[in-house]
Amino acid sequence: MKLIGQSTRLATIRRMPQVQIQSSDIVVALAGNPNTGKSTIFNSLTGLNQHTGNWPGKTVTNACGRFAYNGKNFVLVDLPGTYSLMANSPEEEVARDFICFGEPHVTLVVVDATCMERNLNLVFQILEMTPKVVVCVNLMDEANRKGIQVDLKGLSDILGVPVVGTSALKGQGLDALKEAVWGVACGRFSLNPIRLKYHGAIEHAVSMIEPQIGRLMDDLGRNISSRWLSLRLLEGDQIIVEAFKRYLGVDLFASTSLKEGLHKTRDMLMDQGITIEQLRDELVSTLIRKAEEVSSRVVHSKASAIDSIDSKIDDILTSKIWGIPAMLALLGLIFWITIEGANYPSQVLAKVFFHLGQKLEQLFVAFNAPAWLRGILIDGAYRTLSWVVSVMLPPMAIFFPMFTLLEDLGYLPRVAFNLDNFFKKACAHGKQALTMCMGFGCNAAGVVACRIIDSPRERLIAIITNNYVPCNGRFPTLIALATIFIAGGLGRFQTITATFAVMAMITLAVIITLLVSRILSRTLLKGLPSSFILELPPYRRPQVCRILVRSLIDRTLFILGRAVTVAAPAGLVIWVMANVSIGGNSLLGHLAGFLDPFARMLGLDGYILMAFLLGLPANEIVMPIVLMGYMSTGTLVELDSLSALRQILMQHGWTWLTALCTMLFSLNHFPCGTTLLTIYKETGSRKWTLLSFVVPTITGIVLCFVVAQTVRLLGLV
Amino acid sequence: MELMPLNLLPIGYASKVKQINAQGALRRRLMDLGLILGTEIKAIRKSLSGDPTLYEIRGAMIALRCEEASQILVERLAL
Repeated sequence: MKLIGQSTRLATIRRMPQVQIQSSDIVVALAGNPNTGKSTIFNSLTGLNQHTGNWPGKTVTNACGRFAYNGKNFVLVDLPGTYSLMANSPEEEVARDFICFGEPHVTLVVVDATCMERNLNLVFQILEMTPKVVVCVNLMDEANRKGIQVDLKGLSDILGVPVVGTSALKGQGLDALKEAVWGVACGRFSLNPIRLKYHGAIEHAVSMIEPQIGRLMDDLGRNISSRWLSLRLLEGDQIIVEAFKRYLGVDLFASTSLKEGLHKTRDMLMDQGITIEQLRDELVSTLIRKAEEVSSRVVHSKASAIDSIDSKIDDILTSKIWGIPAMLALLGLIFWITIEGANYPSQVLAKVFFHLGQKLEQLFVAFNAPAWLRGILIDGAYRTLSWVVSVMLPPMAIFFPMFTLLEDLGYLPRVAFNLDNFFKKACAHGKQALTMCMGFGCNAAGVVACRIIDSPRERLIAIITNNYVPCNGRFPTLIALATIFIAGGLGRFQTITATFAVMAMITLAVIITLLVSRILSRTLLKGLPSSFILELPPYRRPQVCRILVRSLIDRTLFILGRAVTVAAPAGLVIWVMANVSIGGNSLLGHLAGFLDPFARMLGLDGYILMAFLLGLPANEIVMPIVLMGYMSTGTLVELDSLSALRQILMQHGWTWLTALCTMLFSLNHFPCGTTLLTIYKETGSRKWTLLSFVVPTITGIVLCFVVAQTVRLLGLV
Repeated sequence: MELMPLNLLPIGYASKVKQINAQGALRRRLMDLGLILGTEIKAIRKSLSGDPTLYEIRGAMIALRCEEASQILVERLAL
């Protein structure tokens, strides 16, 4: 455990947000419980597209954005969503440190109108730290729908700070919100924040040390609430003491008088029979009881807080019998639509690119350009680029929005709920299922998402195994190969069969993830599962149009950008390698020839294995490299359909076994360069990065070897 | 009424928290969810293979593994 603690601590998320803040800017910290629509508020105010997902723990680092109002410039800092600020997790620490040491001019707390009681806990904690608070009661529309009325005026009177009701998804109440933030920043309101009264002995203890702490803060010229800091020191919070050293270079206990004062106070509490543990309990309980009391005064609910439709949906989606089938069916439906829908646009794109290529070639001929230049640019860069765009883009453009839809609906935590027991048996964390879901999009994103797992051991397991989930860059390869070789010649049933083949691959990926997680838990990352608390948020109606536009545009641009920056130059280099000959064979041929004997043992061939190696920068370019390797020796074919692809591959000795092994190796090999870099950033350790490279590669080699040898032994090919 | 660990509370039943045996981070985590002495907790459903179990705590749906739930002692309330 010690070992892991060392390496992950380096990477703990303690970075303060990097924003260019001018002295005239008004800094607004945006706090709130997870899943209250905080990110939507952030996006609506700043116009930035911070991704929102309907599951707790989405924002782990701070995003910053700007907006202007009444002639003032505001910088909005999106803090991680937390239930509390007691620094029980890195996210809570980040949020608390920013409010404490970032000295925002205003702290905007977003609360969920449908769940006021729980949300008020955080509001009280923030009000203890700073009076400059605006409370935003969001999801008012959802509350109305559920028959919940929130008395905003009453709440504002009780809390002593401005309270604004909003329905951020509909854009309602945002102007009033800006007005309130502006008002607090400019001192237009008299703020009179509620002060929670604790147990008599605790209040007495605070009064014993608060004056001293107040003087210390005055000396430092800091606006940190002395009452709040007194409470933290009384409950023995070491993290805040460390934070003072880190951000201000101040050792709170440098003067022995504070240390002595604190000791004396603690002794007094002990005399009254109050231990530190009991003190903590008392502090938290007081907050929660107050939240209960205030909520009962300002919230009027006609119906039960739990949505009956929600629980009906959950009856099916998390049921013993239907839970897993429903999950597979949903995933299958997404793949089916992707495969079916991507076919036509792929062909159109390929045709367009081919014709454009011909025109370009004519242009080169017309200008008398040398043949090598034409080769490099057209056959190398351009062809690779057009393959990547025409084969990769359509499935991505369909898969991504649909997956985002599931995410926004709030389905993913249900997946974690369904699968948790499997992860527990693998001594891993149930939230690993969530990080795997993110891996479907991009493994680098999946690795970053692993931050939602608190235990360093389980986080590392999730990081190392994330690559087993095929990302968007590998899906199209899987889909194309499954369509050609596994479902080839099945006519009407082709799509369905291909869907099942891809589903089988995903299921295999999940099984391998669980197995490897278990092996890691038994060997390198020994330990027992840590505590698991997962919230199932209410289902939310997703904003379909917004998702479509956003994921299409964001993704499309991203993929195109990546295709240009990675695929085109890679294509160029590979073409050169394919056409520069030494001793009658091209460089590519030499390399492939060198790898060939080993690759054959795995059911692949030299070109395929080489393509995986050269495809390290991005998984998208693996198939184009294979094709270029083949085409440099064969004839150029118009690649306008999957059947043409099939033809080329068959010409080079592909069988269904080659396809299967390529799919298996695609599923189980080293992560791409971006992901490796992200793993290094997240773990801060070369050792774990190397392991993340080695573990999936070994899995792939073993798996392909066993499959290929078995099939050959049985004489099935 | 006798105290029982929360993981033994039958599905559909409500209960009142009487004792929290969890210590350290887990204890604080649970308390952050509003789970303190006297809080009402209802067992909603079990996951596919019987664990974790979903509980309603102050209007939120929270899943707890039986290891965690067993550290919370509750008193069952009449239906």
